[in-house]
Amino acid sequence: MAFQVDTSNIPTRENRLGSITGYNGDLMDLVNQSRCGSLQNKERCFSQSSTCLSSCAIGQLAGIRDVAVIYHTPAGCTTVAPGTNVLMRQLAARIGETTNTVIIGSDMDENDTVFGALDAVREIICKTYENYHPKAIFIASSCVSGVIGEDIDSLVDELDSELDIPVIAVHCEGFKSRIWASGFDISDHAVLQGIVKPPKEKRPVINFKNFFESERKQITEIFAELGVKPQFLYVNSTVEELEHISESLATVCICGTLGTYLGNALEELYGVPYIRTVNPLGVIGFEAWLREIGRVIDKSQEVEAYIERERAIYLPRIEEVKKELEGLTAVIGMGPGYTYEVARVLQELGIKVSWAAAWHYDYKYDNQEIPPALDYLQNNSPDNIKLSVADQQNYEIMNILNEYKPDLYFSRHPGSTVWAIKQGIAAIYVADEYMIFGYKGMLSFAKTVLDTVKNRSFEKNLAARVKLPYTDWWYKQNNGALLKEGE
Amino acid sequence: MAKLLDQPRYKCALAAMQTVHSITRALPILHSGPGCAQKLNDNLGTSGLFSPNIFPCTSVSEKEVVFGGNEKLKDTIENALKVIDADLYVVLTGCTSEIIGDDVESVTKEFAAASKPVIYANTPGFKGNNFVGHDWILTAIFDQYLKETEAREKGLVNIFAGIPMHDPFWLGNLRALEKLVSELGLTPNTIFGHNRGIKNIDKIPQAGFNLLVSPWVGLESVQFLEKKFGTPYLHYPVLPIGAFETSKFLRAVGNFAGVNSKRTEQLVAQHEDEYYYYIERYADVFLETRIMSKRFATVSDAQYSLAVTKFLVNDLGMFPTRQYITDGTPEQYREKIMEEFKNLNYGIEAEIQFSTDGYQIHKEIEQADFAGYPLIVGSNWEKKLAQELGGHFVNVSYPVIERLVINSSIAGYDGGLKLLEDIYSAALTKLSL
Repeated sequence: MAFQVDTSNIPTRENRLGSITGYNGDLMDLVNQSRCGSLQNKERCFSQSSTCLSSCAIGQLAGIRDVAVIYHTPAGCTTVAPGTNVLMRQLAARIGETTNTVIIGSDMDENDTVFGALDAVREIICKTYENYHPKAIFIASSCVSGVIGEDIDSLVDELDSELDIPVIAVHCEGFKSRIWASGFDISDHAVLQGIVKPPKEKRPVINFKNFFESERKQITEIFAELGVKPQFLYVNSTVEELEHISESLATVCICGTLGTYLGNALEELYGVPYIRTVNPLGVIGFEAWLREIGRVIDKSQEVEAYIERERAIYLPRIEEVKKELEGLTAVIGMGPGYTYEVARVLQELGIKVSWAAAWHYDYKYDNQEIPPALDYLQNNSPDNIKLSVADQQNYEIMNILNEYKPDLYFSRHPGSTVWAIKQGIAAIYVADEYMIFGYKGMLSFAKTVLDTVKNRSFEKNLAARVKLPYTDWWYKQNNGALLKEGE
Repeated sequence: MAKLLDQPRYKCALAAMQTVHSITRALPILHSGPGCAQKLNDNLGTSGLFSPNIFPCTSVSEKEVVFGGNEKLKDTIENALKVIDADLYVVLTGCTSEIIGDDVESVTKEFAAASKPVIYANTPGFKGNNFVGHDWILTAIFDQYLKETEAREKGLVNIFAGIPMHDPFWLGNLRALEKLVSELGLTPNTIFGHNRGIKNIDKIPQAGFNLLVSPWVGLESVQFLEKKFGTPYLHYPVLPIGAFETSKFLRAVGNFAGVNSKRTEQLVAQHEDEYYYYIERYADVFLETRIMSKRFATVSDAQYSLAVTKFLVNDLGMFPTRQYITDGTPEQYREKIMEEFKNLNYGIEAEIQFSTDGYQIHKEIEQADFAGYPLIVGSNWEKKLAQELGGHFVNVSYPVIERLVINSSIAGYDGGLKLLEDIYSAALTKLSL
């Protein structure tokens, strides 16, 4: 697609990538329908609460050090501030840095919903500029400021010329897309629009889009062997560093859902190659990813040397644990950037995937191709995995777990793990995006799986004492029973 | 008018979904955006039976913004009744559904004959914060769910205090207050937490009186109960922490309920005896911690700013610098609260300021004279400030991020000891001398 950095609004994933939030079927059907363009979204007549795209957008931007996010919204939305503030300070402390990034609300009241409040927002911005001296200011809209039609773009234009720092609009009205990952795109667009500068020179740097960089050290060491440095995005990055990401040798990403917009845009706008392999999870993913990096930056020999050395250390140990995992069954419920990747990893460990649920589905990425992890599964999965696009709907997952009674449930979103345990099913929270990264991650992940199935005390204790929130009626239905037929 | 909300210490009215959530087997149904519940549940813990992942939600999207969301709400309620096993369904509105003018009342009333009660409350975020939202929810439940009754139970007292889940000690404090009230020979009735819930809501009209322990939050709903059932209420503004305030509290409640004063005095004596057994044992710690000065600041909601100030002044002999109240206390309650801050032992008066500008509050505290090491009691926002000032910090109010509170309490005699543990533990991490 054509990326336009001269406008502040971008199309949602539904419009841009044909993304859907409702589907029930299997792997082969989903991939085939994607390829021939016949895939239709199914709406639900019942939903449970999930996630807002604004949390994704603002969460990403607040990772940049020493910036301000002005959030034009009533007080409830500003609850993203306390947790984000602490998290970002903790993450900065881990690398010996500090961050002075703030998220400041406009505390809109009823009067503002009638008359608007851009004058007050202007004052808040000026006050924030004086108080905190941020290196950039993002002005984020919300459901309320969006519905009443506040003209944030004009305010941004005025302030951008008045202040000596970038002032950037972030259109993250929560009602705009059912897919919260649209928020990632919105934050990428804001960075591209307001901060990234056209390249002047190439630098030996690889952009690394991730969430919380827990393997920063390991990745820095691996990249050092290839003669390059990682530029992690956006946690702990600075405005000055972001100005130069157009000069990097390549962009890589830990999660396809997170990286598609920035990766493809940097490639199209500035010729920075975007690495589009499966993600570096498990042995297969990690090697495919690293080899592609080697090819793109012309360091294949170094990559092969690294792989040979590390394989010798880790593969025998992984094989040892794998013997005990073979034959286990699992259900997965995660964002689409992880579901298909984790399915592959589980298959590598000899675990059968009984059902894979992804919260949404991008049937093509921004390069118009289907996600590589699905392509891989289509060609390599030993069976045609049952699959749904479940929009984080807990009732569907619990129904699936009740029907398939797997040995394990793998989840990745806050608050989702406990429900499996209450049904007596061991659950693993794959929260850290690097939990299965590379050989080392694969080994400790395999061990965690083994520990989990070997001691089922916690889930047995809890399951024996709790009531489930769903009715018997619901457990007797098919898990897709509340999906509506076609739009 | 929109205003600068830096370092938020409250959420919006919809966050009062947590009040519903804390009533066992009551379920919020949200007519809001898909992520409102997740954002607003930013403190640790759930009700156990339910969590925001379970809350039915209309997930208002562009389509509803344009065409209205009444139909979607109807579908959602209908299916919620089929899919989720609850005993009371409470529909709450968010900002968008209110702005587009959905008729939640009419839709909810279509379910008047449903197998379980379905009620509603208007809680758009732009109409107020979660401190007032809590009161709206309680009023809605009392108004739409409770039936008139002639039955009265002698000695039954409904107790309401800090708002569920937002106040980290809400449950522990409520249990502590229940215990104190029952020791006076009365029968406490509360509706939140384990083994209370709807059966206790049913008993509310039978109470002899309502006891509200709070500077201002919750006043509307007890006044509503007075209007609807003629139940009198005792509005006790100070959450009692430590011996001085708890004894005062017992006397006030005993007096209001007509408890024999001899019985009350016996109870007070017995508690103070035990409390001072502990204080005596650790008094040297309080006297000799060399990095503790006499002065403190609180930056908190009206409840804890007032309660902690009373405790530290009246029990421990400390001095207040300027105190800050950050809960957006409505104008009409402010004067009474200020009066309470002037009512301290030895004629000591604390100056207070109502503010939501965290930056400004911190700037002032940086300039304040603590005559030594500052003690700052407040929200997680104050942690960094205390570190920068070399002071001590205890997190008692929202946001609570870097500590886990399950069922502990800082109310009553034991609660005072618990708060002392927290304060002096904070000091000991800096200098164990």
